[in-house]
Amino acid sequence: MSETVIHTEKLSKRFGDFVAVDALSFSVRGGEIFGFLGANGAGKTTAIRMLTGLLAPTSGSATVAGFDLYTSSEQIKRNIGYMSQRFSLYDDLTVRENIRFFAGIYGLSGKVIKEKTSSLLETLGLVEVADARLASLPLGWKQKLAFSVAILHEPKIVFLDEPTGGVDPVTRRRFWDMIYEASERGLTIFVTTHYMDEAEYCDRLCIMVNGRAAVLDTPEAMKRHYGAESMNEVFLHLARGKQAE
Amino acid sequence: MRSFRAFLLKEFYHIFRDRRTAAILFGMPLIQLLLFGFAIRNEIEEVKLGIYDQSHDVVTKEITDKLVSSGYFLVTQALHTQAEIERAFSVGTITEAIVFEPGFAARLQREGKADVQVITDGSNPNVSRIITGYTASVLREYRNDSAKMAAGGVVGVEAVPLMMFNPALKSVYLFVPGLMALILMLVSALMTSISITREKETGTMELLLVSSLRPVQIIVGKVVPYLLLSFVNVVTVVALASLVFGVPCRGSLLLLMLESLLFITTALSLGIFISSITSSQQVAMMISLAGLLLPTILLSGFIFPVASMPLPLRLISNLIPAKWYLIIVRGIMLKGTTFSYIWKESLILLMMTLTLIAASIKKFSVRLQ
Repeated sequence: MSETVIHTEKLSKRFGDFVAVDALSFSVRGGEIFGFLGANGAGKTTAIRMLTGLLAPTSGSATVAGFDLYTSSEQIKRNIGYMSQRFSLYDDLTVRENIRFFAGIYGLSGKVIKEKTSSLLETLGLVEVADARLASLPLGWKQKLAFSVAILHEPKIVFLDEPTGGVDPVTRRRFWDMIYEASERGLTIFVTTHYMDEAEYCDRLCIMVNGRAAVLDTPEAMKRHYGAESMNEVFLHLARGKQAE
Repeated sequence: MRSFRAFLLKEFYHIFRDRRTAAILFGMPLIQLLLFGFAIRNEIEEVKLGIYDQSHDVVTKEITDKLVSSGYFLVTQALHTQAEIERAFSVGTITEAIVFEPGFAARLQREGKADVQVITDGSNPNVSRIITGYTASVLREYRNDSAKMAAGGVVGVEAVPLMMFNPALKSVYLFVPGLMALILMLVSALMTSISITREKETGTMELLLVSSLRPVQIIVGKVVPYLLLSFVNVVTVVALASLVFGVPCRGSLLLLMLESLLFITTALSLGIFISSITSSQQVAMMISLAGLLLPTILLSGFIFPVASMPLPLRLISNLIPAKWYLIIVRGIMLKGTTFSYIWKESLILLMMTLTLIAASIKKFSVRLQ
């Protein structure tokens, strides 16, 4: 828990009259698992898209991996990984080709790509299906592969946008094991989710309600503060409170 | 550069991995050329002819023989009553009937003229028009021949038509340039717009944008494979047209290829533009098919001449890139035109390309905000 790797200051995004993200300010420390929690449409994806450079903010400032969001987007790209909601990979390419492709577009050299590909196939236990089309693989495997591919170029931070949507609880648990492993190696994880049990796995949490950061703390501190048994209760409390306003 | 290479390789995987795409890309030009070349022809052979000869004399016999020996007509039925003619038409045993009046030769001898009635099946106006024309020209020829024999010289004015650049009026000459425009439009615009929107749909576009690839590299990487493939198609069509149908390339082959590259670029930028205004493959396909395919066939002058369209359509046709490409290709291939006569059309295509690219960039940057 050392230096700050993501820092935002009143980061906002408006689409016309609709305020998707409203003056968001937070910091993420190196090596932590930072959770972004919120209902659908609370602004999680918009926030993650701004931090990864896919979407230009309307106002506010931010640094990612020590680089300014507005002026150094190229340097930021080199230091982050990204996995989208749908574990997007190419179905018509084989497992091996997918790995090579993503390693390739991150600018790794041919020799490194070869080494990484074989070691990754080994660790994921995908050696036997390496030359099968991705479409034939079960969803859980695709998810693991999508995550591994996102961190293949050894970024400092990886952004996971609802990485466990549509996956059964057992597979989800296994996926979190992978996240822990990566985190132990010093990788910073920025993850969005709407599963409350997953929220408990995070080091620190930011709960978003209607585009605003309602609260930011460790899961334990939040539960203590609201006198709640689980994160689910904390969340319901916050969401109801907002509606009542 | 390394990331760009990886991206390009992936694009080729996509194209060759999907057998259907590959089949459409390489099979379509071949099949369309053969179809258009062999099936769609304006020439008519073996007109089924019924003769109702009420005179049965030397002259009617001569005229009938002349018709048959022209090679276009086949006498399938001798008719004996007016009612029989109608029946033969409705049954379909004949497509044309010729009626000689009674005492044909005698009247011709006496008055210098006699009547022949030519009846055709108007349910297919195009065919009727063509065979009426054939019949009239055979009759005219007979008249001139006999006049020559009688008076020892040609009487009156005779029109001698010559079809420049395509003396045999082969319709394949008309179709080859149009087909090139159509295939290039389809392959380039449709395939690029689908392949870009597919990445948006599956969410892989985000991954590409987050990687070290620049947006420009993504676009160029999408365009280069189709540029190459379209070019292969141009060469295939020109070669096939020349080998199978004997369509010449009278002008510079190099100029033809360069102009084709220009048109491919126009079509590609159109594809990029389409993909910048839509994010689903379905919509991109609908826009490409309804918005490009039909106008390219109907309004470019491919089949129907632009000059005979009503004014509003003529104005719209100016916006169809294929119209200008058609003028260029017909000029180079059939007339041997040099660049000095088609620079205006080339400039129009260039302007269209630049406008489309500018519009796409604008659209793209609006999206990023």
